[in-house]
Amino acid sequence: MADRERGLNKPRPLIDADECKSCGRCIQACPSKCLRLSEKLNRRGMRPAEYTGAGCTGCAVCFYNCPEPYAITIEKP
Amino acid sequence: MTLKKTVGMYESFIRSGRATRSTHYCAGCGHGIIHKLIAEAMHELGLQDRAIIIGPIGCSVFGYYYWDCANLSAAHGRAPAAGTAVNRLRRDAALALYQGDGDLGAIGFNHTFQAASRGEHMAVFFINNATYGMTGGQMAPTTLIGDRTMTTPYGRDPLTDGYPLHVCEVLNQLKAPVYIERVSVADTPRIMRARRAVRKAFEIQRDGKGYAFIEFLSPCPTTLSCDAVQAARFCIDRMEPEFPLGCLRDNSAAAVSRAPRKKSVSVDEFFKRSDSGQAPTAEVDRGFAERHIKFAGFGGQGVLSLGICVAEAARLERRFTTWFPTYGPEQRGGAAACSVIISGAQIGSPVVDSPHVLVCMNQPSYERFAATVRSGGTIIVDSTVQLDVKAPDGVNVFRMPAIDLSLKFGCPKSANTGMLAALARLGVTGLSEEHLLAALDSSFRRKPELMETNRMLFREAQIWMDKQKECSKERLKT
Repeated sequence: MADRERGLNKPRPLIDADECKSCGRCIQACPSKCLRLSEKLNRRGMRPAEYTGAGCTGCAVCFYNCPEPYAITIEKP
Repeated sequence: MTLKKTVGMYESFIRSGRATRSTHYCAGCGHGIIHKLIAEAMHELGLQDRAIIIGPIGCSVFGYYYWDCANLSAAHGRAPAAGTAVNRLRRDAALALYQGDGDLGAIGFNHTFQAASRGEHMAVFFINNATYGMTGGQMAPTTLIGDRTMTTPYGRDPLTDGYPLHVCEVLNQLKAPVYIERVSVADTPRIMRARRAVRKAFEIQRDGKGYAFIEFLSPCPTTLSCDAVQAARFCIDRMEPEFPLGCLRDNSAAAVSRAPRKKSVSVDEFFKRSDSGQAPTAEVDRGFAERHIKFAGFGGQGVLSLGICVAEAARLERRFTTWFPTYGPEQRGGAAACSVIISGAQIGSPVVDSPHVLVCMNQPSYERFAATVRSGGTIIVDSTVQLDVKAPDGVNVFRMPAIDLSLKFGCPKSANTGMLAALARLGVTGLSEEHLLAALDSSFRRKPELMETNRMLFREAQIWMDKQKECSKERLKT
């Protein structure tokens, strides 16, 4: 109960920052607008997408818009 | 718990010896999105063990790095040809072709068109990005009017460059395709529509129902020189008015699954059935002098079958032999010739340039080939032919009234049998008369009523030749 209130068992996108090519399709597509470009660069030297930390509904829209196979997975703790 | 992850692809992609988890595509490329949809449908329908994907030439040439199923590569535009072969050999396969617009719409379009018209069992995923991506942005058949590319620097002008090719609409004129749809991967609703289409195309393959074609409007940010989001907008705002989305045809519910294959005959069984199963094999005989023979005349005179007959006699005599015809495009009446080589060893080339023996059944063939005969060789010519051209020195010319004899015999098509008799009597083939006669019989094995007539004609021709010999002997005496 306490977990749910704190949002810890809500779905969320797991983004492998090094697999992201910073195309921005997921950010533009996300209906909850809960993705953004990171300030930090990844191993490729690109700014990967990152989760803002709140608002994910687990709809997987970001997953389907992402052209990379292993950049985004949707998890629910 | 994982709610959504990529399935149907390898865990890591081995490229040039190195393992990676990312694709080789540019950021925002539509290929990755479509690859994932295909892998997902294949996996969720349980088809990975049956699936064979044939990749194109183009950016997606490396599809086999990613999809966890059987993958083949075909020459540029030839995926439908390779796929047709797969279709013939593996009826249990769930076959998919993945091709770009240069591969499918340009160099390989006829293959696509013919495969669709035959209703081959394949799901075709056609990736239309309106350009040649891999080679650097040249004009493709699908490039939009007015668009600047490397090869249309002032924009595509329909007067010089033609109009964008609507592949779905063209294929929709054909009877056989079961399912044709154009989708896009520009935004979420469109991707979901594409996802359903891919699934349907694989279901059609799973059920063996026939040809399914899906065109994807796919963004290429690199050749458009823009970012991924703008490239996706290009698909919606510019490509869709030219290439409207939608299902052009879906007969998948009514389509009938193909029947299981009838038991096929093995190659060995097939050849055991025909008489060649008992054929004598050639024997090496270094002592046998190789003979090159040319038969020439016009089509319909039986020059080609006369050649076959001599080659058949050689085969019966366990000689190595080749038969090599040349003729014009006409069925009858044009110049026809064939070359036969009889040898005691394996024959390299079946071409005869300078024959030992030339058999001529009409004037033009004599004029054309007489000079090519080797010194010491023989020309057998029908007596209707005027010997205007002088045969080379040391060549023996024998005139045979083969056409006259065949007319007297009432079977004008058998003039070639008279020539065969001359070949036998002159002994220039190195083959026995017994085998030449057996070969003559076998050439009429499907028309046995002609066998006896031709044997009689053969004898008659030889009697005529013997009489000639008598005459010339008498002439010598006097």
